[in-house]
Amino acid sequence: MTTTSRWRALTHHHLFWPVAVLIALLLVNVPFTPDFFSIRMTDGHLYGSLVSIVLFGSPLILVAVGMTLVIATGGIDLSVGAVVAITGALTCSYISDQADQNALSGVFLALGIGLVAAVLCGLWNGFLVARMGIQPIIATLIIMVAGRGVAQLITDGQIITINSEPYKLIGGGYWLTLPFSIFVVAAVVAVTVALTRRTALGLLVESVGGNAEASRLVGIRSVRIKIMVYMFCALCAGIAGLMISSNTSAADGNNAGLWIELDAILAVVIGGTSLLGGRFSIGGTVIGALVIQTLTTTIYTIGVPTQTNLVFKAVVVIVVCLLQSPKFRAKVFGAKGRAGTSAPAPAAPAADAAPKMEVSR
Amino acid sequence: MLNRRNFLTAAVGVAAAGGLAACAKEDSSSSSSSSGGGGSKTITLGFSQVGSESGWRSANTDSVKSAAKEAGYKLQFSDAQQKQENQISAIRSYIQQKVDVIAFSPVVVTGWDAILKEAKAAKIPVVLTDRSVESDESLFVTLVGSDFTDEGRRAAKILEKVLDKAGHKGKVKIAQLEGTTGAAPAIERAKGFKEVMDAEHKDDWEIVVSQTGDFTRAGGKQVMAAFLQSNPDINVLYAHNDDMGLGAIQAIEAAGKKPGKDILIVTVDGVKDGFIAMSEGKINAIVECNPLLGPQLMEVVKKVHEGETVERWIKTEESDFMQDQAKDALPTRKY
Repeated sequence: MTTTSRWRALTHHHLFWPVAVLIALLLVNVPFTPDFFSIRMTDGHLYGSLVSIVLFGSPLILVAVGMTLVIATGGIDLSVGAVVAITGALTCSYISDQADQNALSGVFLALGIGLVAAVLCGLWNGFLVARMGIQPIIATLIIMVAGRGVAQLITDGQIITINSEPYKLIGGGYWLTLPFSIFVVAAVVAVTVALTRRTALGLLVESVGGNAEASRLVGIRSVRIKIMVYMFCALCAGIAGLMISSNTSAADGNNAGLWIELDAILAVVIGGTSLLGGRFSIGGTVIGALVIQTLTTTIYTIGVPTQTNLVFKAVVVIVVCLLQSPKFRAKVFGAKGRAGTSAPAPAAPAADAAPKMEVSR
Repeated sequence: MLNRRNFLTAAVGVAAAGGLAACAKEDSSSSSSSSGGGGSKTITLGFSQVGSESGWRSANTDSVKSAAKEAGYKLQFSDAQQKQENQISAIRSYIQQKVDVIAFSPVVVTGWDAILKEAKAAKIPVVLTDRSVESDESLFVTLVGSDFTDEGRRAAKILEKVLDKAGHKGKVKIAQLEGTTGAAPAIERAKGFKEVMDAEHKDDWEIVVSQTGDFTRAGGKQVMAAFLQSNPDINVLYAHNDDMGLGAIQAIEAAGKKPGKDILIVTVDGVKDGFIAMSEGKINAIVECNPLLGPQLMEVVKKVHEGETVERWIKTEESDFMQDQAKDALPTRKY
């Protein structure tokens, strides 16, 4: 009995399904790429599929972490893709104007300019949402549409190629044999978790998401909290923008971060954060983003025909979302196990349950 | 020529940002319309450009402007900012001004019948540039633009030369980076390449992996990184545009291989950054997709104006470049 109850505790952990899906997706690759999990040293850095997944997934993780907090307040930020483009465009065009593109001072100044611009976008979003009371989806739509135009204005419609070693480090370089972006992501995630779970900030964000008016009445400055999360989200998107442009050493106002807002929202949802706001899971979001990146890599490695890429992606996402839904699980895998507060483990699994799922009960 | 998917979004963005929402900006050198029906006077050409969404497009615009100047034509130029209604109103104003020839790059393929009929009623010949329209053939005279299928064929042909030059023996395992799924250049560049491959190299060439990189550097890099994991034996890369090739080069380098040596690379387009990479030995050959069709357009305009018959599709003059030509060609690259 104890093993079953332990198993039940595990399967009912909020990260169980996202992690299970991630592992399943990784395993799918093995028959197609036998050395999928192998990591070797190449040119003084680690190289392998897992490293690529983390490297290419880093920007998405960052954007999704920022998005998680916005969604936790009951909002949504559609402008992150445009903020990615603007940050990359500003930073790269500043660096490309430098006489010495490798000068550290110039690169740091460029980073500063880019990130300040990103935070200003966030401030604007937060202002519209919290102060003006505009629906978040509408308020952030403004920068989503206009921002990409601004980015193209900055780059003059061209792709700006730069040649700066220090800048290349952020998104495409290696440090201590690992992609540098991993350290950036780790730092941002650690800071976010510390701020939201070690201080009352996370609770405040959740309470604003649960009921902004009630929060205000008990003395929480919900307007300020909201503006803050939008600024934080834009800052994360800005760092992601630096990574994306640094990874290819080029700023592409037209394409950088295109549709990343949708992937980020998806990552948040897969991670178990409710779109209604009121609760969130940073860990779940990180797993969710990794699931999406693994899915993308899987499509490339197992040779899904180009035309069916999106269908394949859609099917996997639907399955993941269904697995996430307690209602669906209860219906399909037997209602007893879910509904009982302290009921014993289900003796007879539903007859129509998938065989694989019987095992997991 | 590259990623046309987002142009509309971008254009809306630019318009919203600049507050220019619906006005097509006309930069006419003169507002006069006195040069009515031509005769021996200078030819007046009304040209409506799609917009200015990419480096390729701005090179295209510059080429038309400078060629018109050189030919001594009076050019009425307008930028439609990715909007069909702007293009239609620009063409209508050209009809009212009684220009001699109208040329335009249609922003979309359908919805041109009415305005083309107006032009025909006014007896003004219409020349399409770069892209075609779906409409009655009698409504326009000719199309001046690239043949994407042929670009694919040329890519396959130049790959033969590249393989020869590299002294490659044995099986050719090709990775293909496709453009945006469903875009004409992506479909046709793949088709043309496969045509030649199936006809002449059925036994020794094989496309082992093919995926879309969305015509972007980031896409090219990410897809190539995955390719190199799943098929480490790839020895040729065919990318539908330079940008994807440039991204892939970075992925190849990260995998510890030498682009241009361990993996031979052929790309299409011929933008400046592509030529820089080629002069560094990282791309082996580039098939040009030429935006500089101004001079050809002016020639056609002259013929049409004089009533000569021209072909239905005048293909852009394009060249192929091997590595040894890269250094010489680089200074001439304008975009």
